[in-house]
Amino acid sequence: MKINQQKMEHIVIIGNGIAGVTAARHIRKKSDKKITIISGESKYFFSRTALMYVYMGHLKFEHTQPYENWFWKKNNIELKEGFVTKIETDKNQLLFKDNSSLFYDKLIIATGSKPNKFGWKGQDLKGVMGLYHKQDLENLEKFAPNKGVCKRAVIVGGGLIGIELAEMLRSRKIPVTFLVRETSFWNSVLPTQESEMINRHILEHQIDLRLNSNLKEIISDENGQVKSVIIEETNEEILCNVVGLTAGVSPNIDFLKNTNIACNKGVLVNLYLETNIPNIYAIGDCAEQTHPIVNRRPIEAVWYTGRMMGETVAQTICDKKTEYKPGNWFNSAKFLDIEYQTYGWVFSEQTKSENEGCFQWQHPSENKCISISYDKNSHEFLGINTFGIRMRHEIFDQWLSEKKSVEHILEFLADANFDPEFYKSHEAEIVTKFNQEMSTNIQVKKKSWKRIFSKV
Amino acid sequence: MKTIKYLGLGFFLVGFFIFTMAIFSGYFNFTEQELDCYISEKGYKSERLKEELLKSIVTDEKLSIFEFSSKVRATFETSNRHHEILISKYNSEKNWTKKGEEFQYKVSGKPHNLSFEIAKKAGKGFFKDQPTLAWWLTLGLGIFGALLFILPNVILLGKPVIKNDGIYHESATNRGFIAWLVLIYLVVFYLLLYFMPDYVVNWTFIFDPISNALNGGNASQWFVYGFLYCAIMLVMGARMYIKYRYNKYQIIRTTSVLFFQIVFAFLIPEIMTSLNMPGYDFKNAFPLDYDFFFEWNLKSLQNSGAIGLFILVWGIILTIIIVPVMVYFFGKRWYCSWVCGCGGLAETLGDPYRQHSDKSLNAWKLERWVIHLVLIFSILMTVVTLHCYFSGTSSLLGIKSQWIKDTYSFLIGAWFAGVIGTGFYPIFGNRIWCRFGCPLAAYLGFVQRFKSRFRITTNGGQCISCGNCSTYCEQGIDVRAYAQKGENIIRSSCVGCGICSAVCPRGVLKLENGPEKGRINPTKILLGNDVDLMKLLND
Repeated sequence: MKINQQKMEHIVIIGNGIAGVTAARHIRKKSDKKITIISGESKYFFSRTALMYVYMGHLKFEHTQPYENWFWKKNNIELKEGFVTKIETDKNQLLFKDNSSLFYDKLIIATGSKPNKFGWKGQDLKGVMGLYHKQDLENLEKFAPNKGVCKRAVIVGGGLIGIELAEMLRSRKIPVTFLVRETSFWNSVLPTQESEMINRHILEHQIDLRLNSNLKEIISDENGQVKSVIIEETNEEILCNVVGLTAGVSPNIDFLKNTNIACNKGVLVNLYLETNIPNIYAIGDCAEQTHPIVNRRPIEAVWYTGRMMGETVAQTICDKKTEYKPGNWFNSAKFLDIEYQTYGWVFSEQTKSENEGCFQWQHPSENKCISISYDKNSHEFLGINTFGIRMRHEIFDQWLSEKKSVEHILEFLADANFDPEFYKSHEAEIVTKFNQEMSTNIQVKKKSWKRIFSKV
Repeated sequence: MKTIKYLGLGFFLVGFFIFTMAIFSGYFNFTEQELDCYISEKGYKSERLKEELLKSIVTDEKLSIFEFSSKVRATFETSNRHHEILISKYNSEKNWTKKGEEFQYKVSGKPHNLSFEIAKKAGKGFFKDQPTLAWWLTLGLGIFGALLFILPNVILLGKPVIKNDGIYHESATNRGFIAWLVLIYLVVFYLLLYFMPDYVVNWTFIFDPISNALNGGNASQWFVYGFLYCAIMLVMGARMYIKYRYNKYQIIRTTSVLFFQIVFAFLIPEIMTSLNMPGYDFKNAFPLDYDFFFEWNLKSLQNSGAIGLFILVWGIILTIIIVPVMVYFFGKRWYCSWVCGCGGLAETLGDPYRQHSDKSLNAWKLERWVIHLVLIFSILMTVVTLHCYFSGTSSLLGIKSQWIKDTYSFLIGAWFAGVIGTGFYPIFGNRIWCRFGCPLAAYLGFVQRFKSRFRITTNGGQCISCGNCSTYCEQGIDVRAYAQKGENIIRSSCVGCGICSAVCPRGVLKLENGPEKGRINPTKILLGNDVDLMKLLND
């Protein structure tokens, strides 16, 4: 057994996030190769997306770990704690901060992202932080344990992480000012109806939302800690003890600077997730596609794509060379209390193309709405955004793959509903509005188990 | 609002304190006349017993319940020992007539229960004399205060959405000091209730008027327990309604458990008793209702005419047909979290503690061993009991019927279901009994696992492995382990409380009853990836 192991290829994965861990699990499923996962952040894999719930007191940190600690040994996956400082690609060797080294036969870079900093004055002061790493959580616990210590926090950047940080701080009643560069929250991605609903919802949570506002600089007190921020547009000074920098993320690849691995913003990879150096791969947030897939960005910093790349690269490494071909786009998020799911492509007014039509419905009083985009000429269904209503992934994936018409979607919308039992459903109202706008006469079909499970 | 809340907490604690202190209040003694009256009522024939009781409890001294209890227990012991000595003496003398006579002088029964019965008559003091006032000072104040503490949450909790903020920051819900105090209180409460009821006889006085109104007799410790059970479920049910007020599944489910507890488990049996019928809980299915096939119950049903026969048939149909058929269509949730009393308490009083169930693989292994052993134990006990009942013998294969019944009642009925099952809520979670111990749950679990339409559907590839579902699963199921693989959750232990679905931030989980085909769906690659790859690996 021991001898066998030595003959086995050694697969080293830098980064134990969802991408790296998924790759390791799938390589293990298919082979006996020696696997080592390296992390400087935490020994055991945890769900980054759940960090917020630890601060809010929903979970303890250990609950964010999807596998028990024995899992790794049982599956013969070695965990190494440390920071890689250098990759010697000619010697197949990694060098670590503590001067140790490690040989690999194949290397997977899955180092994820780091919060963007745009060279703001004061961006490295004490009390300035992103929300990405485990250490950010510890920092937040230190600088914003309660509203007594943290009299106000300013969040810079209106994206998914920004609104999560706002929610976290509000759970401890800390006053929050939220600087958003855009004219409306996330309106480069969301249609106006939805973006404006989120604006209102942010205000309902007593968050001081400042649209059209950029950060000019962060001002220090005598101890090198945040005292206030200045807003670019108005020069207004806002006193605060914590500044959250959540203006997006970028690949965490500084340690690759002096290597011959080709990088742009991220590590450049082809469709097989291979870098320019043989036997080195990159997956997840840190990978940049040289030829992006239709509609997708070259760097996709999304949980699900990280996981899919992990699933794919494992096939290649286990001698079944596989192209990264993500299926229909989907994503989800939660904006304070409002759940959001999306299937296929719905673009905002700013980004959508000429041929895209968009049907929208909004609940008169509750925070629920949907946008369905379709091709104006062929009536092909292109995608759906749904807020406050859960939808079935499988059904929409099937409809997208089969290029169903928008009328079909509305007719069978009840099949796709995924809200808990006894919830009030809104298909009738939605379809009535569609019929009025489009002069159609669609009748809602009752939910059918047969149709829902016909595929599986 | 906060002021009202704290005022409520104050009222509650005062009521709670008076209720607890009631144990130590009042005094106990008999006059000679009262003793004679009691002895003739009970039909005690032993002169020695009468003499001893005269010496010990006929006194002007105001005995506390503890002094009174120890004197009574000692008296019964002395008297019984006296007669035992005589029995063995006559035995050795081969004086059978005398020996036979001697047996009637012995008094059987658990010492604390004998003492409870006398104390019930001999008690004096405020709680005995002023039960109505006492009720308002204890239960009344406690319920009023608790509601005052809970109701402002309608406003304080903000928008009607899932709110678990701070659960792991609070001592009470994060296994802190308060949680341990509650655990100790509950454990002591159950120990007194089951094993030393005479110590809490003062509590029963408080409920005498209500008991009389309902069933025509004075309150026993079980009446107190039944009433408290309903009151606590109602108050904590109000908390449940507020916390999950946006979630119709939880609202309807909570209404259902409250209805079945109050009407089926409490009112109907009380009313039946008042009509001289056997008090029966029509929803309590064997083997959770473990004494259904005990001789005393079968005899009592036989002697109750048509209603007794109906109960006998109903009880058997309930277990053999209704329960499994319903589990086939709806999963075991229809019983465990919609109807059952144990489940009802767990879902109301226990809801703040649901996150403490152990999610480890070892806990799951332990669970499967223990719960199935209890099921085997209960079936074995019932087989022995029924065999002995029909054959008239006292044992089967060397197992004495009385012994196995006593052992089960003590270990499983009292310790596991009560002391541990409920007492350990604050530290080990609210479904310890349902997960590790309940034989009915084990039985329903088989049906749910192998032949049912129920499942928790995982929504394609949407899981982000955050862990809220696993953390808040009261049954200790690692829900995330399935969800993050895109697999439906099909587990025998799932009671379908629906909280995993409620706490999921991404809309990944849905409880539903659908076709059996495709219910179990192992996946290797999740939905969202390359269609060909998924097909290749998943098929």
